[in-house]
Amino acid sequence: MNLEDIIQETKTYYCLECGKCTSVCPVAKYDPGYSPRGIIEYALLGFGDELVFNKELFSCLTCYTCQQECPSDVDFPVFVRKARSIAQDKGQHGVCAHSGQLQAVQRLMTSPVIKQKRLEWLSKEYRISDKSDILLWVGCAPYFAPIFEDIAFNALDVTKAALKTLNSLGIEPMLLPNEKCCGHDALWTGDVETFKRLAEYNAAQIKEAGVKKIVFSCPEGYRTFKLDYPNYVDLSCEVQHISEFVADRIGKNGVKFKEIKKKVTYQDPCRLGRHLGVYDAPRKVLESIPGIELVEMKHSGPESICCGTSAWTNCDSYSNMIRVERLSEAMDTGAELLITTCPKCQTHFRCAMTDKGSEQRTTPKIEVMDLASLVASAID
Amino acid sequence: MAEFEPKIVAFACNWCTYAAADLAGTARVQYPPNVYIVRMMCSGMVNPEYVLRAFEDGADGVIVSGCKYTDCHYMDGPVKCDAMFDKLKKMLHVLGLEDERLRREMISTSEGTVFARVVAEFVERLKKLGPSPFSTLRKEEAKV
Repeated sequence: MNLEDIIQETKTYYCLECGKCTSVCPVAKYDPGYSPRGIIEYALLGFGDELVFNKELFSCLTCYTCQQECPSDVDFPVFVRKARSIAQDKGQHGVCAHSGQLQAVQRLMTSPVIKQKRLEWLSKEYRISDKSDILLWVGCAPYFAPIFEDIAFNALDVTKAALKTLNSLGIEPMLLPNEKCCGHDALWTGDVETFKRLAEYNAAQIKEAGVKKIVFSCPEGYRTFKLDYPNYVDLSCEVQHISEFVADRIGKNGVKFKEIKKKVTYQDPCRLGRHLGVYDAPRKVLESIPGIELVEMKHSGPESICCGTSAWTNCDSYSNMIRVERLSEAMDTGAELLITTCPKCQTHFRCAMTDKGSEQRTTPKIEVMDLASLVASAID
Repeated sequence: MAEFEPKIVAFACNWCTYAAADLAGTARVQYPPNVYIVRMMCSGMVNPEYVLRAFEDGADGVIVSGCKYTDCHYMDGPVKCDAMFDKLKKMLHVLGLEDERLRREMISTSEGTVFARVVAEFVERLKKLGPSPFSTLRKEEAKV
């Protein structure tokens, strides 16, 4: 595939050069060298080679804020994703955060013979069943746990909370002992080959397990299964995010929450919000917990600001500025807790708050928590 | 069928372990030729990705070796290396790699014989373990 095909496919030629994308882009706000309109123009004027060797191609957060504003409906994030796959073929892969280990783990996971030990965190208090037709997707959490020890974030806490929530709803979900990464990051950094292998492996495993429904505690996995897997593999499964799953059961089966007196604000992850349009379910869950007062930030819902880095690439000082801006917005609401539904949002916010370099610059400090963890603590 | 010969990548610090390997050579200490030495300026600069790449590219075992705590040319390299190594080991454990395939050593400049012994031991152990679960990755790619 060359850049010309990508322009045809994503209808980039409809671009009016109005610059609305650049005006709403959270990266362009801080990074003077980055402009979605500039990237499109480059491509349309035939400077394809310069574009794929431009490091800014990997700065896009693929947060869909630009696409939402575009009067010509140019799918910029998908354009970027496909242009990145050309860049990957030419050996370009952006600057990988966390020294590239997260990308390396994805590639290593494509080995067909590995037997992962990803469920060692399971203890007796959780109930799982091999015969259940509901699958809880664990995702990358067991890998994030050791990497993000320094910022005091254990991604498995989110998975555990989701599992506890399902248990208390009377559901004993299945967990796959050798599930592989969903391939989200590989796909969005243009490593389509790795993505395809992971997707094929997962699809085969899920089919064999006879699962009817998959519940996710991570919006990235949810997005990938819902929107990307149908294009690459044959898998007919209902997919749902844990917040939707809980929201559906409020009132009906009598999910009862105990009172938690807290003023909270909610960060819409871009994958769950703009990519999939799920804005109401997490809010419905928050509002149903007695004592919780939900206050919205200045930018919320479709306008909410991304957490600053996507697919572990090009995480720089500009990304940190985006985070600090978002955290300041959260502080301005007067909330004591920032709720999100994505483990990666939480990683990035916590990282910004523990950043030693930013202490002098008075980084806003607010407690960050996953919705699943809040729900789990309201249940018992 | 020929006996399985493991491939080992050793990340060796310039000031201690690399010099030790050099000493083993000049002193004509015999050890198996399965080890590929990558000279690093400090064990503290061994990036987790280097180790993961080594496995991805077909290494059956990796040694990360540098100075002892008090010998470091850069003050606290071994401490940094330990922190990196701890996390990496936990991650590779989840990935299903046998814990023995990753080794952390501290070999000082004068310990040429220690280097030779460590490599010989490691080769023996890896021969028992067989090829790494990731060793097929590159072959798979060649098929595509």
